[in-house]
Amino acid sequence: MLETTIAPPGVESAVRCRGLVKRYGELVAVDGIDLDVRVGECFGLLGPNGAGKTTTVEILEGLLERDGGDVRLFGLSWDHDERALRERIGIQLQETQLPEKLTVEETIRLFRSFFRRGREVDEILEAVQLTEKRKTWVSRLSGGQKQRLSVACALVGAPDLLFLDEPTTGLDPQSRRALWELVEAYRAGGGTVVLTTHYMEEAERLCDRVGIMDRGRIIALGSPQELIASLDAEHIIEFSLPEGASLPPREELLALAGVTALHQRDGTVQLVVREPHAALPALLDALGRHGTGLADLRTHHATLEDVFVAHTGRQLRDG
Amino acid sequence: MASRLDRSPLAQLTLARFREFLREKEAVFWTFVFPVLLAVGLGVAFRNRGPDVVAIGVAAGADAGRLAAALGHAEGVRALVLPSDAVDDALRKGRVALVVASRPDGLHYRFDPTRPESRLARLAADEALAPLAGRPLPPPARIERVTAPGARYIDFLIPGLIAFNLLGTGLWGVGFALVRMRTGKLLKRFLATPMRKSEFLFSFILARLSFLVLEVGSLLLFARYAFDVRVHGSIAAVFAVAILGAMVFSGIGLLVASRARTQEAVMGLMNVVSLPMWILSGVFFSAEHFPAIMQPLIRALPLTAVVDALRAIMNDGATLAAVAGPVTIALAWGVASFAAALAIFRWR
Repeated sequence: MLETTIAPPGVESAVRCRGLVKRYGELVAVDGIDLDVRVGECFGLLGPNGAGKTTTVEILEGLLERDGGDVRLFGLSWDHDERALRERIGIQLQETQLPEKLTVEETIRLFRSFFRRGREVDEILEAVQLTEKRKTWVSRLSGGQKQRLSVACALVGAPDLLFLDEPTTGLDPQSRRALWELVEAYRAGGGTVVLTTHYMEEAERLCDRVGIMDRGRIIALGSPQELIASLDAEHIIEFSLPEGASLPPREELLALAGVTALHQRDGTVQLVVREPHAALPALLDALGRHGTGLADLRTHHATLEDVFVAHTGRQLRDG
Repeated sequence: MASRLDRSPLAQLTLARFREFLREKEAVFWTFVFPVLLAVGLGVAFRNRGPDVVAIGVAAGADAGRLAAALGHAEGVRALVLPSDAVDDALRKGRVALVVASRPDGLHYRFDPTRPESRLARLAADEALAPLAGRPLPPPARIERVTAPGARYIDFLIPGLIAFNLLGTGLWGVGFALVRMRTGKLLKRFLATPMRKSEFLFSFILARLSFLVLEVGSLLLFARYAFDVRVHGSIAAVFAVAILGAMVFSGIGLLVASRARTQEAVMGLMNVVSLPMWILSGVFFSAEHFPAIMQPLIRALPLTAVVDALRAIMNDGATLAAVAGPVTIALAWGVASFAAALAIFRWR
């Protein structure tokens, strides 16, 4: 894990970092992370709030000093090639308040002026579907429109690498889909994306590879399909018991047909199973034998959320 | 196709400052309308009236009629005969500035010597009552009455208001705007682009300079046509000092904003900086009123320096060379505050 060799020039690695460490006093926010993001790839950091995603990304973006480790983007380092790198990357930060009393068009033109090369304002407006709003003040945009403008400001420099930090947090489903399409269009043009999210469906839809982060470390890394397959079972049975009822012994449940893992939290039990049609009757039998009823029962396909639970015993949304 | 202006970060940043300012109604009000309203208000309140009239009371008694008549004939004196039990009350409430009573051993005066109008009343009474005592004063050989433009309160006020406005717009236009950008993470967002920090900061200066022409020009024009306030020195010198003042106060605004993370914090700092200067620097009344021991401190304040230089040029027709003292003080403040601000500025 902790190899320190750096990719030689010419190797197509958009992001390469080794042994990244960031401390805030006693707290270790980033605890020795290694990452490689290939050119043309969409890489996602998935994890609960406070896992260290934003800290990691801001170090990669050259906005935060690291306490240890090495970062290269396209083989260049922030210590020596800052201006060249700034020209090549686009950044969308969490919670940036763009000037309220500038129009959409003025805002994009302002950001465009900072880059030597880039895209025309009209072209960007079209790409983020804000052409009709070009004369509207930023303060009068909806949340989704503001977010698209924020991404537009990251795209004006025609970046080779785009960083998105929680791009759809707080957006309604329709705005979220519009933003996903924007990211997919950028990738279709050959762009590389690094994004953070705590929405598993976002990671599953957009990302080629995902790193699941918890407490400053990457605890699982791979494509969404690989990570879900690593659970060794593709389905989840989730149930809870009526108040006062006691659960049959763990060993008995784990021994049921097709059950590969069991997680318990706040009165809810999760069974990771290969075949729900075999496991479900077995579970009901077992509960019947103990004379226990059910308060709630659900089954679903395993998701990245279940991968997180399998590694940490906690839910993503628990933070 | 994009023009050269579209591709210039400095032009776009300055334009953004302009647009944000002009689209903020409150900012326009405080910068352009408020100083004019203040000039109107203070100009009317302290307009030059006729010579002040002092009221002198005469305690009721045998001689009261004769005393009142003698006082009434004197210039600038109004005489009132008061019943003896009303004397103290009239003095306390300021209805009269002095009470004269005729007693067997001569005239008695009652007044509060700490009140300027009482001392004035005493002199007037001495003069008016002297003939009764049989020793008339010789009249002055010549009396000159001076109310020329340049010596009125409004003439004193306008240079002060210009400097006061420069301080306010420097602190708000630079300091407050920067902190708002910091709390909104906009500074950090700009930093994430290839934008040059120097161009960003320079855009604030450029925007301030452009507004200054409007700000100072509108107040000067208003004062000229509403109150006939004239600039006795050169207009170029007035603008030179105004530009210097705008730079100095922008530097102070930058310094005040260099670390503050919240708008509340920067507002507190702005008050700490500006309130003492509004009081001490002689904007609304002459700083000479403060004790001599404070004068070196007052002279060293940047607002005092700018006010003094503007007043000397506008009212006394001084040249730039003649105001080199205050200009040097202001310049030192400007250089020091810019240097300090850039050294400790927090970009995130």
